[in-house]
Amino acid sequence: MVHENSVLLALEYDFYSGVRQMDLELTPDQRLFQSTTREYLDRSAPIGTVRELAESGTGFQRDWWRQGAELGWTAMLVPEQLGGGTVSGSPMAELAIVAEEMGRTCAPGPLTTTSAVLAGLVRAGEAFADTIGSIVSGDSVVAWAFYEPGRGLDLTRFSVTAEPDGDGYRLSGSCDRVESGDQADAFLVAAQSPDGPVQVLVRADVPGVSVTPLWTLDVVRHTALVRFADVAVEPAAVVHRGADATAAVEAQLQVAAALAAAEMAGAADRTFEFTMQWMFDRYTFGRPLASYQALKHRMADNKMWLEACRATAVAAAKALDEDPGEAAEAVSAAKSFVGSKTPVVIQDCVQLHGGIGVTWEHDIHLYLRRVTLDRALYGTPEEHRRRITDLLDRSAA
Amino acid sequence: MSTRRRRPASIAGPPTARGAQRTEPVESFRTRARRWLKENLPPAPQNYRWYGDDAQWPRARELQKILYEGGFAGICFPREYGGLGLTAAHQRAFTEESMGYEMPLSLNVPTFSICSPTILDLGTEEQKRKHIPAVLKGEEVLVQFLSEPKGGSDLAALTTRADRDGDVWILNGSKIWSTFAFAADYALCLARTDWDAPKHRGLTMFLMPVHTEGVTIKRIRQTNGSEEFCQEFFDNVVLPADSVLGEVNGGWAVASRQLFHERNAVGGGSPYVSGARPRGGGEVTDLVDLAQRSGQLADSRVREDLGETRAMRLVEEQLIARVTQAIKAGTMQPHASSILRLFHAETVWQQVDAALRIAGAVGVAGAPGHEQEQGEVGEDYIYRQASGLGGGSTEMARNIISERVLGMPREYAADRDVPFRQVKTGR
Repeated sequence: MVHENSVLLALEYDFYSGVRQMDLELTPDQRLFQSTTREYLDRSAPIGTVRELAESGTGFQRDWWRQGAELGWTAMLVPEQLGGGTVSGSPMAELAIVAEEMGRTCAPGPLTTTSAVLAGLVRAGEAFADTIGSIVSGDSVVAWAFYEPGRGLDLTRFSVTAEPDGDGYRLSGSCDRVESGDQADAFLVAAQSPDGPVQVLVRADVPGVSVTPLWTLDVVRHTALVRFADVAVEPAAVVHRGADATAAVEAQLQVAAALAAAEMAGAADRTFEFTMQWMFDRYTFGRPLASYQALKHRMADNKMWLEACRATAVAAAKALDEDPGEAAEAVSAAKSFVGSKTPVVIQDCVQLHGGIGVTWEHDIHLYLRRVTLDRALYGTPEEHRRRITDLLDRSAA
Repeated sequence: MSTRRRRPASIAGPPTARGAQRTEPVESFRTRARRWLKENLPPAPQNYRWYGDDAQWPRARELQKILYEGGFAGICFPREYGGLGLTAAHQRAFTEESMGYEMPLSLNVPTFSICSPTILDLGTEEQKRKHIPAVLKGEEVLVQFLSEPKGGSDLAALTTRADRDGDVWILNGSKIWSTFAFAADYALCLARTDWDAPKHRGLTMFLMPVHTEGVTIKRIRQTNGSEEFCQEFFDNVVLPADSVLGEVNGGWAVASRQLFHERNAVGGGSPYVSGARPRGGGEVTDLVDLAQRSGQLADSRVREDLGETRAMRLVEEQLIARVTQAIKAGTMQPHASSILRLFHAETVWQQVDAALRIAGAVGVAGAPGHEQEQGEVGEDYIYRQASGLGGGSTEMARNIISERVLGMPREYAADRDVPFRQVKTGR
């Protein structure tokens, strides 16, 4: 009954159409950027390299990140006069390309957190040109610190306190889930002052700052606990105050959440591809797994969820490019949807692999780890669903 | 403005001067539509139940006539058959603008979005000129006679027969699940014309009048109380030779076009649908109201349900845009519309389930201060699986996605290449 040749041809056809489909949403320049990014990642951070980095406890290598920065990974959100620039005028769509490609290889690196930081810094304009420039060049890594240890997402209050000290502050408190915090040169810290929220830049090597790497589910994407013990913040390091700070943390969260969604979509897409290949290669009772209707229907469901994930991840990035002030709902829809569906899809792919799927040797757990981490950071699906309802309430009121 | 757009009564008259070379920009079309709708259509009725009473049919014809005369009928239909020949973007703009108004929504499926496009695709010039303009003027309602009592998903195994008798065909058998057949004028009826050919190759599609001698229509009551579906019995119905749509014994190609258009319509990707109605389970804002009435709006689990429901609706729109654009550009095959069909069922299921959780007890039993209005949540739940069945079951969609989109091996079929006469059938 099974004609293998036609089956494999058809399979190739779909992969081909899948790639073409992604291209459809891209300009020629963006397509070139995508292939350059993919080639660089395939060459410099294939899954074997990711495993080596994991074994050695290295998150990412600074030279590797610098080369990524040269490809434009850190430039998108930064205006040209500050040393940045986009490929064809759609910064988030282009950054989402990088995130999706990183998902496809489980790449290391601080893309999400530095992008969030840049989104915040550029709002303060020229004042932070030097810091922005060193992030764009890849020479320095700045991580965003905003999560109160042990608590969920709350952008209305921050546990780090900023006591006024002249025009500057003294910071006390701590943040966890600081992505790439163990390798960051500095932090953009969201803190609470008596006059409202503030965001300040703090170098990692100043007195009073201590960084504790934390256990993290992903093998190369590390998080850290960062403590601030009466750390002096110069006025020149205060990035946002009051309403500016409120708007900035919201914008930063949206950037990070949209990129996490794109990365999860990429990771699940790659998992789906090699699972499909496995189903054609693996024979049982004299037939390939791909020929069993019970399994075909599951892959049909998975295909549907993944197409929807890609649709909403692209839409969130587009919304941020087109009207960032109105993108909150699109971003939360994407983050909650992709964050809830991709782990389920990949778990099903684990099941379809059989016993090999739950071995350390098989790569599938690396993808599962990545989406499970991304699912939870920058707002869980549940938190983003509540954000959507808050928006519904607000528009009804 | 509407006077200028008023079209001549002749069926082939294009809506604008032939000299007009350029397509009207979508935004200008939208502005014109907004003004016209405000002046010409009444506001949408409150508490509109989509399976409303029989009076909706004469009303729909009336409304369609107004749309036609105003120059807003058949937005994506070709101009030579009375349409406007505009793009799906124009249609979307019109649908968005029409949301607050009473529209002939019952004509959307299957008349506009399934039967008419199939006639356009495969009909003779005479059939197109006879039926399409009549449809767009609100003078003709179409229905599909496809499924039969003996089988649902296995459509090609049908046993309604048409036998050639000189210049005419004689039709005998029965059809089921035809939507609003009692209100229709013509049907696309698939019948077996060659019993010695394998099942797909012995079928012929007929474009037949519904109310003709030998046709008996019985209405079926659904679990939600609607009576939109019908069963028809054919007793020596005489059909002239020119009622064949497509080729004799080429009926499967016609049915496949219908199924394609049906999946598009059910998935929300059809450009021939004009106007929109709330989805099963109600709008998300209705769920917010429901949560308020059931005193649970502050509950964080309820707020997650509401947010999830809203997200599903947004994602559905985004997915429809993505897949329809890709099919149009040729980067996805037309079969990918089954992804939309499947996702639509998931969207309805998620919403109906969320509504039931949010309503709590008042979704199933009256309580002081809670009228039967909330009970609609329970009724929607009882009818939940309909969205996984109508328009082709979700199981068939999964077959299509896995076999046609993903290229996984086809299922074994005992009746493949076997003369239909020899195929085993149940009772």
